[in-house]
Amino acid sequence: MSAVTLFGLCGPALVGLGLFGLITNPQPLRKIIAFNLLGTGTFLLFGVIARRGAAAGLGGDPVPQALVITGIVVAFAATAMAIALLLRLFQESGAASLDSSGPNDASEATDPS
Amino acid sequence: MNAAFIFDVVLAALVFTIATWIIAARDAFSAVVGFVAYGLLLALVWVELSAIDVALTEAAIGSGVTGMLLLGAASRLRKTEPTAVSVGLPMRLLAAVLCALIAAALGFLVLFPPGTIFTLAPDAMAHLPETGLRNPVAGVLFVYRAFDTLLEKVVLVLALVGVWSLALDRFWGGIPGLPVFEQPNTVLTLLSQLLPPLGIVVGIYMFWTGANNPGGAFQGGTVLAAMWILVMIAGLQHMPSTDRRMLRLLVVLGPAIFLVIGLLGFALAGSFLAYPPGYAKPLIIIAEAALTVSIGVTLGLLAAGPPERMARR
Repeated sequence: MSAVTLFGLCGPALVGLGLFGLITNPQPLRKIIAFNLLGTGTFLLFGVIARRGAAAGLGGDPVPQALVITGIVVAFAATAMAIALLLRLFQESGAASLDSSGPNDASEATDPS
Repeated sequence: MNAAFIFDVVLAALVFTIATWIIAARDAFSAVVGFVAYGLLLALVWVELSAIDVALTEAAIGSGVTGMLLLGAASRLRKTEPTAVSVGLPMRLLAAVLCALIAAALGFLVLFPPGTIFTLAPDAMAHLPETGLRNPVAGVLFVYRAFDTLLEKVVLVLALVGVWSLALDRFWGGIPGLPVFEQPNTVLTLLSQLLPPLGIVVGIYMFWTGANNPGGAFQGGTVLAAMWILVMIAGLQHMPSTDRRMLRLLVVLGPAIFLVIGLLGFALAGSFLAYPPGYAKPLIIIAEAALTVSIGVTLGLLAAGPPERMARR
């Protein structure tokens, strides 16, 4: 197995891990982190496609590489916005929860009975 | 099996292990620390994939500035963590199966790619000499896909408007809520006096060399932003209030100049964002110089967060 294939398999693994964290982790901040992990996995897949497209004396296809750079920047902008929203939610309600029943019911909701 | 391949195997294993840690860690703070380390290791992966430009962006943005934002949020939300409702075991198992299937499908595509490999590298190289640039990635960003790059800068400005609009009404136009540690004679003070002269030179060099070598406006601007944030956190420079006209001008300067150059393309070269023959490189350098400044200021302000104090009068 070549190093490129190895990193190529790392990408899907990161997408899977990120998606799992996004679904199962109840805290919004952890969801944001997991979503970023999912994003980096996707970027890595692009990187492997770029590396396999190496031609004309280049180490990789520059088009997917440029797309990934744009992607990283847009992911950062979205993360900054998401964190600001989350902190404002915390400021307003005193809790950082996506639970629709509201922060006051959160303690009851943890109780299985 | 040679040493380089062993290095790659260890690197891939480390990336995967830290990613698992980020998802499994008990508290958000550990996850964020893991995320910063993960970003730096990922930058090494990008180097191994011969994508130096991406490696620089990942280290600067993906790990550095994002990490700083996440650290700030994690420390503020620390108290709320125990109240979170956890997901039940059946749901976890179902999610695990779903995620494993998706990862397997993507992995299958990596292991068994379509027969013909599609690449735009020869096309990108064929027209690069006409632009005067020697870095093909800069060529893609500023010539072939310049519209994407312009919109990307607009997205950053929109994100800043979005973040600012989350301020309480009475703090609109006030001072961002970035915590300041004003303690003289600490390591932070020393570093914030030592690093900025070096960092500013490195940032400007990265933008300047970006035309021919890996680097560019974004990576350079991020280094400048990091230096600005460092000086503000150490309390050596007051955080500006967000209603300062000069500050707002600097935020839109880069995208505005890029847009003007793009519109000039209609008159001089026949279409939007086209460069007249022979003038591509000087125009791109002008746009990149303005973008470096704007990106530095915008990233610094995004990291500083929405206004949380009244402006000084």
